Amino acid sequence: MSDLINSSLRELSAALAAKKVSAVELATLFLDRIDKFNRALNAFITTDRAKTLAQARNADEKLRVGADVTALTGIPLAHKDIFCTRGWRTTCGSKMLANFVSPYDANVVEKLAAAGMVTLGKLNMDEFAMGSSNETSYFGPVKNPWDVSCVPGGSSGGSAAAIAARLTPAATGTDTGGSIRQPAALCGLTGLKPTYGVVSRYGMIAFASSLDQGGPMAKSAEDCALLLNAMAGFDPRDSTSLERPGEDYSRDLEKPLAGLRIGLPQEFFGEGMDADVRAAVDVALTEYRKLGATTVEVRLPNSGLSVPAYYVIAPAEASSNLSRFDGVRYGHRAPEYADLAEMYSRSRAQGFGAEVKRRILIGTYVLSHGYYDAYYLQAQKIRRLIAADFVAAFKQCDVMMGPTSPSVAFAFGAKSADPVQMYLSDIYTISTNLAGLPGMSLPCGFGNNNMPVGLQIIGNWFGEAKMLNVAHQYQKATDWHTRMPGGVK
Amino acid sequence: MNWEVVIGLETHAQLRTQSKIFSGSSIAFGAEPNVQASAVDIALPGVLPVLNREAVVCAIKFGLAVGAKIAPRSVFARKNYFYPDLPKGYQISQFEIPVVLGGGLNIRVGAGETATEKFVHLTRAHLEEDAGKSLHEDFHGKTGIDLNRAGTPLLEIVTEPDMRSSAEAVAYAKALHALVQWIGICDGNMQEGSFRCDANVSVRPTGQKEFGTRREIKNLNSFRFMQQAIDFEVQWQINEIEEGRAIRQATVLFDPDSGETRSMRSKEDAHDYRYFPDPDLLPLEITADWIAEVKRGMPELPDAMTARFIVQYGLSAYDAAQLVATRDTARYFEDCAAAAGLENAKLCANWVMGELAARLNKEGLEIAAAPLSAQQLAGIIRRIADNTISNKIARDVFEALWAGDGKDADAVIEAKGWKQITDSGALEALVDEVLAANQKSVEEYRAGKEKAFNALVGQTMKATRGKANPQQVTDLLKKKLGA
Amino acid sequence: MSLTLEDVARIALLSRIELSAAERETTRDQLNGILGFIEQLQAVDTTGIEPMAHAVDVVQRLRPDRITETDRRADFQALAPETEAGLYLVPRVVE
Repeated sequence: MSDLINSSLRELSAALAAKKVSAVELATLFLDRIDKFNRALNAFITTDRAKTLAQARNADEKLRVGADVTALTGIPLAHKDIFCTRGWRTTCGSKMLANFVSPYDANVVEKLAAAGMVTLGKLNMDEFAMGSSNETSYFGPVKNPWDVSCVPGGSSGGSAAAIAARLTPAATGTDTGGSIRQPAALCGLTGLKPTYGVVSRYGMIAFASSLDQGGPMAKSAEDCALLLNAMAGFDPRDSTSLERPGEDYSRDLEKPLAGLRIGLPQEFFGEGMDADVRAAVDVALTEYRKLGATTVEVRLPNSGLSVPAYYVIAPAEASSNLSRFDGVRYGHRAPEYADLAEMYSRSRAQGFGAEVKRRILIGTYVLSHGYYDAYYLQAQKIRRLIAADFVAAFKQCDVMMGPTSPSVAFAFGAKSADPVQMYLSDIYTISTNLAGLPGMSLPCGFGNNNMPVGLQIIGNWFGEAKMLNVAHQYQKATDWHTRMPGGVK
Repeated sequence: MNWEVVIGLETHAQLRTQSKIFSGSSIAFGAEPNVQASAVDIALPGVLPVLNREAVVCAIKFGLAVGAKIAPRSVFARKNYFYPDLPKGYQISQFEIPVVLGGGLNIRVGAGETATEKFVHLTRAHLEEDAGKSLHEDFHGKTGIDLNRAGTPLLEIVTEPDMRSSAEAVAYAKALHALVQWIGICDGNMQEGSFRCDANVSVRPTGQKEFGTRREIKNLNSFRFMQQAIDFEVQWQINEIEEGRAIRQATVLFDPDSGETRSMRSKEDAHDYRYFPDPDLLPLEITADWIAEVKRGMPELPDAMTARFIVQYGLSAYDAAQLVATRDTARYFEDCAAAAGLENAKLCANWVMGELAARLNKEGLEIAAAPLSAQQLAGIIRRIADNTISNKIARDVFEALWAGDGKDADAVIEAKGWKQITDSGALEALVDEVLAANQKSVEEYRAGKEKAFNALVGQTMKATRGKANPQQVTDLLKKKLGA
Repeated sequence: MSLTLEDVARIALLSRIELSAAERETTRDQLNGILGFIEQLQAVDTTGIEPMAHAVDVVQRLRPDRITETDRRADFQALAPETEAGLYLVPRVVE
């Protein structure tokens, strides 16, 4: 049973098909590990053994009958608590939704359930996905399984920690400015943010609508490909969901990399990146050259503006997206208030944490009369410049590579006093969200204090299969993605 | 000092779709509270809007009907403000680039032949969602929120400040009300709130170029209230200025009970709506092909139809405009004229606007529900035209057919024996009898009393039980009396 | 350009977030830090650049006009802080 926690999804699928293990046994294995390790890691906000086992029994029945079986039937996963999950508490890491039991399923939840996956629970996250360290969760910070004094990254920190600690074989995440890739890097996993519009946002609680995108997190690129096959696809309930023919994202996994042109954005290799991260990334690039790829320097001249542009656009959208949390129809309502105005302002003051409030206030300001053109419109113009840089750079390469995060996982409290320092943790990931491009992070070694380092791959628009191919070939040649933290064995 | 009144109107027309503008909920009026409020309508976390195609079709129809420019690409924006009947904390509307730009409406101010015409320019029309309803009846001192209406599609139609009196404002509102129903995009039901007007009113000394400060009167849900509210507001503003107080921009409500306008307290905080393009909705593209397709399905428009009626049926401009008041009236008239013959069109027009309109009005019926078909009315008109019946008998036939007494005019005339006496021999005998029986009147007539002649005509008509042609009777009497 | 306490109070009112006097001061300092950081955008010449509101350049898809939703009031109102007779209740709204 113990190799099952390190198995790939394909191996789990084979074991289930061969009746070597049942879905109920598999779910129980992981539920027991959650019981054992979650207290220390705080990766899960909600679990519900009875619900999970009911789903597992249902999967076993499908496997027994042999009807409606997919490559993922019976495999457990956990959802970032940003995905509305019918009958499950869905908190978004906030006091505002601490008691919100969703009356409906997000499209992603629906699709993964239809594929037969079994839900282990709901994963901790930065409140409303606003954070890069998981320290903004109302339910307390998630600990990095590689070193519990360090952050797991954010905002999908619960997803990353749970997979790293083998509390789940796979998880969903969302990425608005790096929230899948940065925690994947900091916890030594593989995570993929698809091209904007590939995965439906319906039922995914909105942070910044024009940037948010859900995606898979798992141990390997191969696992991510299988998960993305089930998560992606057109959804008529999301106007920004793209009507494209279905894709098998694992179709190119085995293609050799000979002739691959890897672009190295010079702006990602300058100062700001820690030496240990740089060393690991350089070794990874050497490995890629061994696999037959060539590297070429490319320029993204406006990428330095991506963090400030993002911190105008994302808070602006967030300030409006979070207006629905007003204590009228659901969510936290202040116990005491004199009138309607006070009910609103108190419920929101109590229901939201400091970082969320800060972003709502900044967003309100940049949209307000007299400042809209100078901040919001200007940021959107710069967004176009940033996207245009990528179009130009992709003429010279098939994928781009660089660090996912400028440093390995940092200690709790190291950046929480200065919001701007925290925002700069996402300096390499944000520009892809602004451009709508797909991006990945995969483990490429260890840096200071033996903490994982992530290699970022940026794909061209709709280049998911290519990125997965590039990542998978590397993972066949290396074993960084198979490493497991010592404390959770 | 003389004052000039300046009025611009903003009208919210609820569009006649089945479902809401951004969700698949029904928009039917009168349901139990919140049963037509879906996850999207109550703004659960994570839900998203998807635009209803039919709402866009309605906007295109309107743009075509008012000769406006239809934007090839328009943008949905969020208007941010907190209010309990606004579940998302923002209203999805259009701001910088609306779907319909410009255009205008011809209005007719005043009645009858003294009416004047005016063209009211439209600034724009844009698509947006309606809010829910706040019910202020006492729930232990609280307000109840019903979100059934939240997300109902609206077209907000904004005029230039072109109107110069409450009468012009009402004439415009009525013309717009007729037009949106004519093109089938709004049911026009003002009691149910399907057609609501806000009036921006200001005054300025006659001859002054700059506009005065305006106040906006919200939610005028009848033409009568609109007139009363504007008249009150204008007088109030003039009094304020004359007493040396400046007008402050404000939103006001009209109280029909007191007949006065008063400032809304809830709108007193300075608003900052922080409009920005809705990231959940992509630009709305309307191609020339789509516009052409919608145009092919459009009915003939009122102005064009009025012009055609004048030429085709030889009607006066006034009559034509009356018949084109609603599509149903125009259709009834055209069906009637088609069955009665073009030469009888004027007679058809008179009957539709006269007897039929009066009768419908009396019974509180719409013309579409008239128990008498256009073909049945045409049957009556044909028998008037060929002298089979008199106008008086025709009214009796009309009553009979209205009551369902007979299948057509000919059957009624036959069954009742109402055929006009056209046999001059029979009529002459009757006239002789009348003259013999009314010697006194004959003598008075001969003595020069014209009235006595009318009495003799009356007596003759009475003797024929109305079946004689009055002109024929007159002629015969004159001959007999040697006049 | 830097925010005053009055600016912070106005933004907090628009955002419907209650801030104590002390919070207003820390908020002002933090917001000024963030605004100082995003200030660098002002130096960029963006003349003639079309703002980019969406990550993808596609147009709005349209939904057929069909009623697809059914009544789920009971489910939804189970989540609400206060309801009566099918209505959501809030403190009295004064028009």
